[in-house]
Amino acid sequence: MATEILIWLLPLPPLLAFFLIVLFTNKNKALSHSVAVGAAGLSWLGSMIVFVRALGVEEFGKHAFESVINWLPTGETWFQIGVRIDPLGAATLFFVAWTVLMIFIYSIGYHNFGQPAGDHDRKGLPPHGATVTDAHGHPNDPGAGKHTVPSVEPMYSRFFAFIGLFAFGMYTLVVSNNLLTLFVGWEIMGLCSYLLIGFWYGKPSARNAAIKAFMTTRIGDVFMLLGIAFLYSATGTLTFSEIFTEETLHHLATLSTPILGLSGAGLIGLLLFIGTVGKSAQWPLHVWLPDAMEGPTPVSAMIHAATMVSAGVYAVLRMFPLLSLDPATMSIVAFIGAFTALFAATIAVAQNDIKRVLAYSTISQLGYMIAALGIGAYVAAAFHLITHAFFKALLFLGSGSVIHGMEHGVLHTGNHHVDPQDMFNMGGLRKKMPITFWTFLIGGFALSGFPAITAGFWSKDEILADAFAHGHWAVFITLAVAAFLTAFYTMRQITLTFLGEPRTEEAKHAQETPWTMTAPLVVLAFFAVTYGWVGIPEHFPLLGGLIPNWFHEFVGSTLAEHPEAAPFSIWPLLTSLGVALGGLFFGWLAYRNVKSPAEDKLQLPVLKNKWYFDEAYDFLFVKPAYWMAEKFTYLFMDRQVIDGLLHAVARFSLFLGHVFRNYFDKPVVNELIGDGTANLVKSSGKGLRFIQTGRVQYYMLASMVLLVIFAVLYYFLLA
Amino acid sequence: MSIPLSWYLVLAAALFSIGLYGVLVRKNAIAILLGVELMLNAVNINLVAFWRYLDPAQMAGQAFAIIVFAVAAAEVAVGLALIIAVYRRRKTVVADEIDLMKW
Repeated sequence: MATEILIWLLPLPPLLAFFLIVLFTNKNKALSHSVAVGAAGLSWLGSMIVFVRALGVEEFGKHAFESVINWLPTGETWFQIGVRIDPLGAATLFFVAWTVLMIFIYSIGYHNFGQPAGDHDRKGLPPHGATVTDAHGHPNDPGAGKHTVPSVEPMYSRFFAFIGLFAFGMYTLVVSNNLLTLFVGWEIMGLCSYLLIGFWYGKPSARNAAIKAFMTTRIGDVFMLLGIAFLYSATGTLTFSEIFTEETLHHLATLSTPILGLSGAGLIGLLLFIGTVGKSAQWPLHVWLPDAMEGPTPVSAMIHAATMVSAGVYAVLRMFPLLSLDPATMSIVAFIGAFTALFAATIAVAQNDIKRVLAYSTISQLGYMIAALGIGAYVAAAFHLITHAFFKALLFLGSGSVIHGMEHGVLHTGNHHVDPQDMFNMGGLRKKMPITFWTFLIGGFALSGFPAITAGFWSKDEILADAFAHGHWAVFITLAVAAFLTAFYTMRQITLTFLGEPRTEEAKHAQETPWTMTAPLVVLAFFAVTYGWVGIPEHFPLLGGLIPNWFHEFVGSTLAEHPEAAPFSIWPLLTSLGVALGGLFFGWLAYRNVKSPAEDKLQLPVLKNKWYFDEAYDFLFVKPAYWMAEKFTYLFMDRQVIDGLLHAVARFSLFLGHVFRNYFDKPVVNELIGDGTANLVKSSGKGLRFIQTGRVQYYMLASMVLLVIFAVLYYFLLA
Repeated sequence: MSIPLSWYLVLAAALFSIGLYGVLVRKNAIAILLGVELMLNAVNINLVAFWRYLDPAQMAGQAFAIIVFAVAAAEVAVGLALIIAVYRRRKTVVADEIDLMKW
């Protein structure tokens, strides 16, 4: 098959799976997940074929796969949409295909496929467990042989339908050659994110989180749409290859706008970047991502770590040639990225929920990439995007596995007050869940940037080296501190979860998860290590040059001007080594003996409460919005002005009706015409009825008299 | 032709008036019926008198008179039957007392 046609087809299998599951296989759980995983597998296979073919093309950056069709007639020309896979797209496609497939497989185990239906499970709530009687039960217990096992998710098929639709959105975004279809994929993912965060819609917290995520990202999306509209009105095209011509870019760079003295390119870039701020949960729109952890863990891994939030960074990478035209915009991008990286890392230090730590870590790492883009480190940002997708998906899936193991312990003891997500309830899980432990360790070390063997080290080091080489000291120092905190909270997490001794009865009875969950962990752990090797800088001591820096050459060729690799310097390397190892060491040192949150010295209220951003937003936006809705719109506008108008109209009508009734209808119509006629008939009847004597002789006499009268009249008058 | 036509007409008019008077003033339903018979016969006298004096060649006058006889006979039969029926029900033949239709 021609590669272009294959690229067109890439997003379709998950979409078909979505419709198949929703329309036909909803009742059958096995069939539903087979369809979904099969579709993800097809897309994965196609992506791999495209990727391999892309590797075989000489100077792929100049000869990217592209195919367009005419879509909308716009006057004399056509609005074209199409697909494009260039080096950046190919690299993105690679990690998207892998993480999506792995997470699809993981979801089978995560939603307890093969387990009995729950005793009192309800749709819209997480499964509570089922009581079964078999050989594993405890013979000494009352009710011998009975014990509780995890129960299958009640809305199993629905989940696979949604993630199928999500995968369609992500693939659409990656293969798009223009901003419009990219935006369509972007919004489909936003919708799926909403649906999946609110997957357990029976929980009020999940409902609120879904609404919060949707509303917050919407703010960014509106600005992004404005940017797209501005771009289209300024250039008449949304296709990347047409925008990134020297002529168009020059036109945009010299275009002046009334806002902040930015150039056209700067303003468009800024608007598009605000979309990314929403989607990639950057400060100040970061508040939705931690709450989004209410969704099932595969969703957190796929949407809120590996793909959708990465799509924000991907969009900035895509628009990089445009963005880099205006230094002011680049400064804003760098500032927001660096600030978010540090800011989110400080919050992560004080979180106790295993998934929330990862959520803040994701925000922080995305900030890293944004900061890298802001200082012009295009390749480093792309590199970190991909390595992060692998190890963060791994960490999320690992945390899901841990939660699952802990839920097993909770079902065993029957004490449902123990939160299976609280790290202080864990401890010592390395013995109970060895595969999860080792893969989580790899993921955690990759996140921390453990030197040389993990992918995270190479990508993070590259960002720091770039910042150092180009003299962005503020960014460099901020990111270094953030990297230290990252290593610190990662080790805190690993120590609290896996090391030491079990702190609760539940943790003692935790159990390793089934192979459908551990196998994806192993695959992702493989990439979390090896993917770093494709981007080792050439002049790195000892290791440099062993493997060519393929990633830099490959992805760098996406840009018209091939970016120079940062010259090697020992200082950023030492910094990076120092913060990673130091953070890991102190994290272990500080938490190896901590037994409860009370002993944790970093549970500062300001960090625990996420710098009070939720409270501030509540005060600044939510409360005023409610006030506006309640007091102004409802009580004043609706009840007084609009209702008042309506009531006035009603009162006038009432008055008019009254007038008509009393002064026209009653006297004229009723009395004069209606009653008048009747009265006339009645009175004339009354007056005449004396003739109606009932005596035939009178009638005859009357007719006789009349006859005589007429005869006389006739005789005298006419004859 | 010793007797002029007018004599017959006067006789018929007198007879008709007597009959009419009977119909209008008598209370007894049978007397009213008799009055009607007198009026019919006054008409018959007229018919026959006009035939004889004006156009004896035509049979129409005579024929009409005979039809009136027949109709009168039928009318008397029906009228008497009605009066008997009323009498059976209400034990009276006084026209004033047969006032079902009166308001």
